Amino acid sequence: MTALLTVEGLTKAYPGVIANDHVGFDIAQGEVHALLGENGAGKSTLVKMIYGLVQPDAGRMTLRGKPYVPASPSAARKAGVAMVFQHFSLFDALSVAENIALGMETPPPMRRLAARIREVSETYGLPLTPDRLVGGLSAGERQRVEIIRCLLQDPRLLIMDEPTSVLTPQEVAILFATLRKLAAEGTAILYISHKLEEIRTLCDRATILRRGRVVESCNPREKSAAQLAEMMVGTKLTAPSRAGGNPGGVVLEVSGLSLPSANPFGTSLRDISFSVRAGEILGIGGVAGNGQDELLDALSGEAAVTPGAVRLRGRPIGALGPGPRRRVAVLAAPEERLGHAAAPDMSLTENAMLTAAIREGLAARGFLKWPAAKAFAEKVIAAFDVRTPGPGNAARSLSGGNLQKFVIGREVLQRPEVLVVNQPTWGVDASAAAAIRQSLLDLAASGTAVIVISQDLDELMEISDRFAALNEGRLSPPRPAQGLTLEEIGLMLGGAHDMEVAHVAE
Amino acid sequence: MIRLEKRPQPSRAWTVATPLLAVALTMVAGGLMFALLGKDPVVAIRTIFWDPLFHEQFASYSRPQLLVKAGPLILIAIGLSLGFRAGIWNIGAEGQYIMGALAGAGVALALYPLDAWFLFPLMVVAGALGGWAWAMIPAILKTRFRTNEILVSLLLVYVAEQVLASMALGLMKNPEGGGFPGSRNLQHYPAAANTELIAGTGMHWGVAAAFIAVIAVYVLLTRHILGFQIRLAGQSPRAARFAGVNPNALVVICLGLSGALAGLAGLFEVAGPGGRINIGFNQGYGFTAIIVAFLGRLHPVGILLAGLLMALTYIGGELAQFMLGIPSAAIQAFQGMLLFFLLGVDVLSNYHIRLGRRRAA
Repeated sequence: MTALLTVEGLTKAYPGVIANDHVGFDIAQGEVHALLGENGAGKSTLVKMIYGLVQPDAGRMTLRGKPYVPASPSAARKAGVAMVFQHFSLFDALSVAENIALGMETPPPMRRLAARIREVSETYGLPLTPDRLVGGLSAGERQRVEIIRCLLQDPRLLIMDEPTSVLTPQEVAILFATLRKLAAEGTAILYISHKLEEIRTLCDRATILRRGRVVESCNPREKSAAQLAEMMVGTKLTAPSRAGGNPGGVVLEVSGLSLPSANPFGTSLRDISFSVRAGEILGIGGVAGNGQDELLDALSGEAAVTPGAVRLRGRPIGALGPGPRRRVAVLAAPEERLGHAAAPDMSLTENAMLTAAIREGLAARGFLKWPAAKAFAEKVIAAFDVRTPGPGNAARSLSGGNLQKFVIGREVLQRPEVLVVNQPTWGVDASAAAAIRQSLLDLAASGTAVIVISQDLDELMEISDRFAALNEGRLSPPRPAQGLTLEEIGLMLGGAHDMEVAHVAE
Repeated sequence: MIRLEKRPQPSRAWTVATPLLAVALTMVAGGLMFALLGKDPVVAIRTIFWDPLFHEQFASYSRPQLLVKAGPLILIAIGLSLGFRAGIWNIGAEGQYIMGALAGAGVALALYPLDAWFLFPLMVVAGALGGWAWAMIPAILKTRFRTNEILVSLLLVYVAEQVLASMALGLMKNPEGGGFPGSRNLQHYPAAANTELIAGTGMHWGVAAAFIAVIAVYVLLTRHILGFQIRLAGQSPRAARFAGVNPNALVVICLGLSGALAGLAGLFEVAGPGGRINIGFNQGYGFTAIIVAFLGRLHPVGILLAGLLMALTYIGGELAQFMLGIPSAAIQAFQGMLLFFLLGVDVLSNYHIRLGRRRAA
């Protein structure tokens, strides 16, 4: 097979992180090629460079034997490269055909376009009616709109970014059939995912990225999911660096926690049970969108659950809102820094007030003590080395790592009995990430029960005493992290579960 | 090519400067409009902004009018600004204003001719309750059934106008009025009248209430947890929930407060400058107050200044109609320009404007 696209020495650095470090691989015509890696491994940056959204610092690409330097996505499309994004860009109030016309540089008359859409959708088994409003479509159907939008351009290379994250198993089966047909006709497909079983089912070859570098290239069908996970995560899954001290009594107990999702793309929590002891860190792993946000909401009090589902030292607190939970020292730091953990346009002093008013005594009979809030913000800034000119600066003016240190520090300094953090180091540079992990370890050492929800397995192995996996809103029974093998983690993460249904459906 | 670049944080200088710039732009565009209508723009602008205060002949009448007009605008806008800051859109202050006037006047008319010290305070309470109750309709519908408060509060204005007409023609009609529509004139009922506190200034209890509201809301927003929660909910709803704010409670509080203040404005108007319940009693204060709230950047002090400015354009506009024959529609267009330019230049406080081609990212 001749290479359709060759990538050599592609490098892209952002402040504080090298997203891609001399990445090289090639894709043949008609090949389904997987790009595999954890979040932050550099997959997105790589495909953004191929699609012309980001310009590489160094390296070169060759498409069909000619140098390929896409300056923009439209240049990439002209060269025959199309991409389906993880997040759709569709207008709810417009029809399927209108949405597709919007994305075209010279849209044909609407009737001809509708006919073309029907033709393509029949050819590739993607049932879709051109005149339906997008607002009424399911996630899978919306994705079909995006795929057909791409197929109308007759792409030579189709890039798909995490395409199955919002699909039902049946929709996954339809998608895979389409992709196989496309590949059989000679279209190359670059398939980005971290779902191992999917890749083993669909892909001919896999390029594995870790921390911005290509670490391996293999035929995924010849490897087990555990082997792939090992390549993805790296063999150096270090055992917890601190001695597994003596955890105290159970502080937080969650039993039979169920929570229907508030939004249509969310995940419902199903019958989650676990307990955390004083001085212990419980790591909860899993792929994004498997209920992490919902679990945090249920633990922080943003989503009320049945009183007995969450107990603090035996006392039911499930029905308490965020304020009363803070009063009993159950604190949380959500994943989304801007807009959830912190208000972007407010100063750090105001953001200190946001969660610390109750425990730090920053309000008396409803009146706010701004000098005290400023002092607390300064304390957080000093203790967690937050780089900012001062507490009067808006949260959005801080870098991700600095704001995250502020958000974590704000909770840690309030002497929690239970601290729940979601993705504490997501999008944070390495030194800030290390500081945050150390602060969580120190907090646990001082007797706090800590729950860390994360997609970063390295991180969880480094700091957790026990590990559990969240998959489609269900939590596996926690197991001691020390001595846990990669194979066991892979099984707990259960990437294989949802795919078996797709096999049956075919 | 012009492009916008988001500032790391809002510029304080521009936050103060944009209302002034908007006023200046309104003068330019308004002057152009007046010129196209065949009027001398300089004279027209002077008639609107200068003459009401300093004209030797008219100022003695129009200067007190400034506070009379600004009082209700400020009182209503202060209430609305709380909701607007929290992302709760009460567009129906006009209706709450009517219902407050009806409730307050209703107390006075029911007890006529009782002469007691407590009558006026009772009317004030009734006026606030009337506006509050009318605002509770959209509040409860929103919290219980997720209806849109913009539509419900707006449409209730037209219901309130019908109630007003029915009262003026029926229940509250002056029995000694010779069959004409409209209630007794409360200004002729001393125990119920909202009289001028300082003669010749236009300062009445409603204006005093407006000033008190400005100070109270300023303290609420800067020093009190409720004000903090209101600001938080408007800027970042998810962070507000995380902070423990109950969105439904906020809807009830914000709509209730703005309704009560609009009701108070209606009561002070009917017991004072307006005098009687009649068809057409409401003069659009409730809608103009929305402009005032935004012109004042939802800040209490800004609203105070914006209310005075808007009152000036009202009085000056009337003067311009009377003196120069400028049509009232043109005056309304002029007032509309103010809001338009304010929202337009608002972008400057959050963005830099950059000239030149965008460099490749």
